[in-house]
This record gives sequence, structure tokens and C-alpha cells, in this order.
Amino acid sequence: MTAFRQSVEAMIPALRRYARALARDADIADDLVQDTLVRALRSERLFLGGDVRSWLYTILTNLNKNRRRSLARRPQFMPLLDNNPDASGTEAEGRDIARALATLVEEQRAVLLLVMLEGLSYREVADIQGVPIGTVMSRLARARAHVKASLEGERAALRRVK
Amino acid sequence: MTDPHIPVTEDELHAYVDNELPAERRGDVEAWLVAHPDDAARVQSWRAIAEALHARYDSVADEAVPKRLEIERLVRQPRKWVYGAMAATLAAFIAGSGVGWVAHGAAATPTAFQSFTVDALDAHRLYVVEVRHPVEVPGSERAHLQAWLTKRCGWDVRAPELAAAGLKLVGGRLLPGPTGPASFLMYESTSGERFTIYTAKSEAEATQMRYAAHGNEGALFWTDRGVGYVVSGGSDRGRLTQIAQSVYDQMEKSGG
Repeated sequence: MTAFRQSVEAMIPALRRYARALARDADIADDLVQDTLVRALRSERLFLGGDVRSWLYTILTNLNKNRRRSLARRPQFMPLLDNNPDASGTEAEGRDIARALATLVEEQRAVLLLVMLEGLSYREVADIQGVPIGTVMSRLARARAHVKASLEGERAALRRVK
Repeated sequence: MTDPHIPVTEDELHAYVDNELPAERRGDVEAWLVAHPDDAARVQSWRAIAEALHARYDSVADEAVPKRLEIERLVRQPRKWVYGAMAATLAAFIAGSGVGWVAHGAAATPTAFQSFTVDALDAHRLYVVEVRHPVEVPGSERAHLQAWLTKRCGWDVRAPELAAAGLKLVGGRLLPGPTGPASFLMYESTSGERFTIYTAKSEAEATQMRYAAHGNEGALFWTDRGVGYVVSGGSDRGRLTQIAQSVYDQMEKSGG
């Protein structure tokens, strides 16, 4: 296997994690990863060195944007997340963060995940999204404020019920 | 050097949490957080978000990679993948609303591929308006047409049977392609709508099916076994998809 293919392969677990959080559906997420890998492998000869990791995140981020654009005119279905009353505390928290992510606009969700989950630098995220660093920072700030409010709102609602 | 008396900004708080802050400013921010509990609480809440994200999604990275994502498999079985991808792309294409590239390449790499689709659309527009001489060899000489184009192009050129879609072979011609000869076949329905199938040598071995539109013309294009196919027609995407699917199926069965 070529060095290029090896470096692509090494990224699959992280790409799956990012895609799962981004798309919030396991099948769609793996479709995105598969599409990303196929594109990357197809362009192997066109890849002239550089950071494979950033490049793969870029492809996946763009594919998800295209996917959402193509779905934009279809009705949105919200998943019914509260169908497991026996969920443990950790699972309940996982649902909370998933739901908070769902309320973010696409660009903000991507920034939040690339920085907080995947550990990319502001500079790398700016390159991935094709925007200045200042835009990345304002998207990140808004995303954090939004998720924080969403999580706190849920907890408050939970307390009221109890 | 930074001045510890300069108030810490919100941007700096974020940069601090994300390890993007210059080392010499970190101490200032830490001192600021001790003196400003509200900011300290915000920073803490952001860290809690990061923890929640990792708690929820890190397990995905630890899962065994599904077979369909294995590199060896993706490299070795491009055709199998193309078939699945084609279905997915067709679904996206039918659902899609905008005109333009559907499933557009992210890194803007397939420029050669796209330019040859432009060539095909140009040929389509040039010849579909021809009444008297749309083709060099008429469809009534199908066997001769196929043998001639196959010989000149160097790959198996077949005129698929599209009667089920109400289309009859008008004929075909040889065209200059991006890197050598290209074949061009024209079909027509009883109502006069025309569709063309363009093939040319492609650098890519296999790609999924994509859609391109220009003005009132649309095209579906893909690559299989080193040959690029472009099926062009009017703006009715459902109709074009049906025809492209039929062309693809027949090429697949013929085994090239």
C-alpha cells in the first residue's frame, strides 16, 4: 500500500467520528466517509504532498454541505430521541449534546466539531471552510454560546418536570 | 510582551481554551479568570461541552471500521462502488433542486473530467439542431456504425437499445475528444426530442454518476473502465436519468 493510502486509512476512525457528529445519522455518516475516501483515492495522483488530514476533513465538510443543500427543499424530520426511558445518565447526556448540535447552523456545527472534537487549529479550520480566521472565531463563539444555552435549557426543563 | 492590565477579550478566552493563545498571555488570562468568576464559569462550560462531545462520539472512532470503508476494497472494487454510488447520486439528483453540479467534487480536482462534459454538451447543442446532417452514419447502419467507431476510438462503442424509452437511433459520428477521438451517438423520439451519448477516453478508471446542466440542456456523466460517458438531453432530469440508467445498465451487461 502506498504511503498516501496509508495516511488516508489512518484517518478513517477520526473521519467517522466527525461525520457521525456532523450528520447525526450513522448510515449517512458512513456514506459521507465512503464518498470522501473514494474522492481522495481517485485524486491520489493529483495530491502533491501537503496535509492529508486537513484535505480529508475539507472534502467531508464540503460533501456534507452539498448533501444538505440538495435536501434543503425537503421537509425536515426531527428524530424522536426520547424513546428510551431507561437510558443511563451518560446516554442521556449524549442525547443532550446531540440535540444541542442539531440546533446549530451547518457552518457553526462544523467549526465546533473540527476545533473541539477533532482538535484542529483555527488556521486549519479557516482553510477548510475557505474563510478568514476571524470568521472561524466568531462562528465558534456563537456555536459555544448556542450549545451552552441549549444544554442549560434542557436541564432546566428536566428539573421542572421533576 | 503583553500587558497584564489589558482586559482579556472574549476571543482570548476562546483561544485560551483551544490552546491558540500565545504562551506569554496565558498567565494573564489565568489571573483574569481568578478575578472574574463569570468568565471562569463560561470557560468551564465550554470545557464541559468538549467533554460531552468526546464522551458521546469518541466511541465511534474506536468501532471496527465497516468493510465498505476498507481502503483495499475501495481501491480493488471501483465498479461495485460505482454502482452503489450511482444509485445514491441518482437519488440525490432526483431530490436535488438547484441547477449545476450535484455532488460536486470537494477539492475541485476533476477538471479534465468536467471539461470533457462541456465538450460533450457543446457537441450535443451543435448537432441536435441539425435537421439534414445530424450524423455521419445513419442508425439504419447500426452494425457498421458500431464497428467503425470501435475501430477508430479503440474501445468498444455500442449503440444501446433505447426503444423502451421511446428513442430510436438516428446515427453517430466521430468527434475530436480531449485526448483523442470521441464517439457521438444521437437518439430521437417520435416527438422530436433528441438525446446524445458521448464517449471519450478518461484518465479516471471509474467514477460515480454526476449531473451537470447548462442552459436548457442537462447531462449525466460517469466513467467506467477508463471510458467516460456523457448522456445529454433536455432539462427534464427525470427523463434524462431514466435514459442514462438504461445506457449504464446495457454497458454494464455488455462487459466492455
